[in-house]
Amino acid sequence: MKIKAICAAGALALIMSSPAMAARHYISIVGSSTVYPFATVVAEQFGKTSGFKTPKIESTGSGGGFKLFCGGVGVKFPDISNASRAIKASEMKKCAANGVKEIVEVKIGYDGIVLANAKSGAPLKLSRRDIFLALAKQVPNPAKPGELIDNPYKTWKEVNPSLPNTPIEVLGPPPTSGTRDAFVELAMEKGAKTFDFIKAMKKKDKKTYKKICHTVREDGAYIEAGENDNLIVQKLQANPKSIGIFGFSYLEQNSDVIQGSLIEGKAPTFEAIASGDYPVSRPLFFYVKKAHVDVIPGMKEYLDEFTSEKAWGNDGYLADKGMIPMPNAERSQYKADVKALKTMEMK
Amino acid sequence: MSTTKNNLLTPDKALKKRYRAEKRFQRMGIFAIFISLCFIVFLFTTIITDGYTAFTQTYIELDVHFDKKYFMEENLANANFPSLVKHSLYAMFPQVKSRRDKKMLKKLISPAAAYTLQQMVKDDPKIIGSSKKIWVLADDDVDMMIKGKINRNLNNQNRRIKDLQLAWIDTLIKEGKLEKRFNTQFFTSGDSREPELAGILGALAGSFFTLLITLSLSFPIGVATAVYLEEFAPANKWTDLIEVNINNLAAVPSIIFGLLGLAIFINFWGIPRSTPLIGGIVLALMTLPTIIIAGRASLKSIPPSIREAALGVGASKMQTVFHHVLPLAMPGMLTGTIIGMAQALGETAPLLMIGMVAFIADVPASLTDPAAVLPVQIYLWADSPERAFTEKTSAAIMILLAFLISMNSLSVYLRKKFEIKW
Repeated sequence: MKIKAICAAGALALIMSSPAMAARHYISIVGSSTVYPFATVVAEQFGKTSGFKTPKIESTGSGGGFKLFCGGVGVKFPDISNASRAIKASEMKKCAANGVKEIVEVKIGYDGIVLANAKSGAPLKLSRRDIFLALAKQVPNPAKPGELIDNPYKTWKEVNPSLPNTPIEVLGPPPTSGTRDAFVELAMEKGAKTFDFIKAMKKKDKKTYKKICHTVREDGAYIEAGENDNLIVQKLQANPKSIGIFGFSYLEQNSDVIQGSLIEGKAPTFEAIASGDYPVSRPLFFYVKKAHVDVIPGMKEYLDEFTSEKAWGNDGYLADKGMIPMPNAERSQYKADVKALKTMEMK
Repeated sequence: MSTTKNNLLTPDKALKKRYRAEKRFQRMGIFAIFISLCFIVFLFTTIITDGYTAFTQTYIELDVHFDKKYFMEENLANANFPSLVKHSLYAMFPQVKSRRDKKMLKKLISPAAAYTLQQMVKDDPKIIGSSKKIWVLADDDVDMMIKGKINRNLNNQNRRIKDLQLAWIDTLIKEGKLEKRFNTQFFTSGDSREPELAGILGALAGSFFTLLITLSLSFPIGVATAVYLEEFAPANKWTDLIEVNINNLAAVPSIIFGLLGLAIFINFWGIPRSTPLIGGIVLALMTLPTIIIAGRASLKSIPPSIREAALGVGASKMQTVFHHVLPLAMPGMLTGTIIGMAQALGETAPLLMIGMVAFIADVPASLTDPAAVLPVQIYLWADSPERAFTEKTSAAIMILLAFLISMNSLSVYLRKKFEIKW
C-alpha cells in the first residue's frame, strides 16, 4: 500500500508541475564563459532592485550558446546569448532557418587577453611574433627562408635572444573556449603576419594560411588547462617559470600574485586596454531575440539595466569586475540601438 | 633415536620464508591503509583550513541618518540607497575630501549594504527621518584582509587593499566599528556574484527538490523491478538479457544519462531546462540500477525457508512476498537506496547537459523553478575570479561532505539495526 502511495505522489507531482511549463516568468540567458561573470552581476543587480525574478544564466561557451539560442522561438529557447566574439554567418543562417529572424546585437565592452606569470618571476616583454614562434605548431625554418618546419623551440631564449633562458611552458584554454579563438586570432595570427611569405599566403591559399596561424603546438609546451582560470592562477604560483593565458578580470583580481607580460611594450592595464593600445583585446557581446522581448517579463528592464551608465559606464560596477568599458560615443550609440531594438541585417 | 631434519618444533628455512612472506604481506597492507588515511587527512585538513573562515563574515557599523531627502519619491524601493550608504560613510570620515579617496572609501562597504537598508525601510517606513547605528556587510576584499588572506606587508601597488584603506580599517577596528560575526547569510540566501552575499540555501533547496523527484521515481520503480525479477519472473533468455542490461547500466558513465535527458525529456517531452524536475528524472535513471541490484541482493539473502513456511500455511505467492519476504528485505533495499541517493547528491556531469550548471540567484520554491544543486554550486564558485570565493567553495564542500557522511552513516545504522542473521 505504501508503495502505491509513493507512486501516486510521484505521478501527482508530475501532473501538478505541467501547467508551469506553458509560460516562463524569468529570463533565460546562455553563452560565453567570459561574459558570464559580467552578465551575472547585472542579472543579480536587476533581480534585487527591479522586483522581477533574477535571470537564469548558463555558462555554455559562445558556440554552445548560439546553438541553443538559434534553436527557435518560444519559451523553451533562451532569450539572450552572451558571446565573446561576434555571431558567425553560419550561426545566423541556422537562426534564420529555425525562425529566429530578428536579433538585436549589443556590444557591451572589451576584454583584454593577458599572458601572465607569477610575481616571483621576472615580467616578460613579448612581441606577437615571439608568441607565434613559441606556440605555433609549424614555424618558418630559420635556416631556409620560406619553408615551414615543426616548432623546434624549447626555451624562450631560442625564440628571441632578449628573452630569459627558461623552457616554454604555457597554460591556456582549450579549443572550445572563446578566449582561445580570440587569442589565436589576435596574438598568433598577427605574429605570423610579420613573416612576409605567410602574409602573402593569405591571398593565395586562405585555408593553409589559417591552419598555420591558428594551430597551436601539441608537443607539451602548450598545456590545455581547461576553462577554470582560477586553476591556472594557482598553477602559475606553483611554477613561476610557466605562463598562463586568460581574461583580464582574473589578472585584476589576482594582481598581488601574478603579473601580466608586456606585449609590444604595452602592459595589460585597464587604461591601455580601454584606449586600444594593448594589442590583444576583443569586444564582448550579447544577442537578444526580439520576438521574446514583449513575451518574457522583465526583458526591457534587463536591457535598460545592462546599458545604464551605472552598469557599463566608466565608473560602473562592470568596470569594477574587470570589464573594459566602450568609449562614450560607442556606448550611447549602442544604448540608442537597444532602446529602438534595432535588429541585425540577416545575411 | 634418529634426528629428523623436519621437526615441527624447530622451524626450518622454508617455514621461516613463509612466515616472512606473510609478515611482508601484512606490512604492505598496513602501509596501503596508512597511505589512504594520509590522503584523507590531507583532503580534510585543506578543505577545513581553507573553508572554516567562510562561516564568519566581516561587518562594519554605519551611522545612517535616513534623511527625508532620499525618500521624496512615491515608491520607496526606487530611493537611492547606494547614495545613502555612501554619504553615511563619508560622514564617518570627514577628513576624506578628494574624489579618488572617496571612491576608495566607498569600496570598504559591500554593495549589499544598500539592499540591507532597502529592506529595513520596506519593513518599517517610520524609520525615515531618524538616525540609526546599523551593522552592514564589509566588502569581500576587506573581509579577506581581516581574515589574513591578503598579505598586508606587500607593497601598496600589488595589494587590492591600498595603504589608505588599511589605515581606515585600522581606525574602524580601534573604534570597535568593525567585527567578524557568524555568517548567517551563508545559510539563508542563494547564489550571488558578491562573495560576501553568496549563500548555499539556493543550492540546498535545489538538491532537496531534485532528490525528492529522484527518490519518488527510482525507489518504487526500483523496488518493483527487483521484486518482480527476483520473485516472479520466469527464468528464461529474456530475464537473463534484462539482468545483464541492468548490470551494464550501473556502470554507464553518468554523462550519458544527461545526454539522454537532453534528447528525450527536454527536446521531445518539453520539460523545462534547469529545473529540479528534469534533474530529478535524469538522476533517477542513474540511480535505478543501483537500487535494483541492491534490492535483488537483499531479496536473495532471505532464506527460502521463510517463503516455504508462508506457502505451507496457505499464503498465496503475492502474500508471501508482500507479507513476509519484502519486509525482511526492506532494510537492505533502503541501504541500497540511500547509497544511490548519496551518489545522486554528488553528481554534476549529467546536470551539465540539462542546464543546471547556471547562475541562479533566487532560492527555488517549487519543482519547476530553475535551480542549481550543491556540487554544481561548488563548481561554479571554484570558477569565480574573486578570491573570497575560495573559502566559500571549501565551505560548500564541507556541507556537501556532511550530508554525504550522514546519509552513509544512516545506511550503516539501518543495516546494523535491522540486520537479521540467519
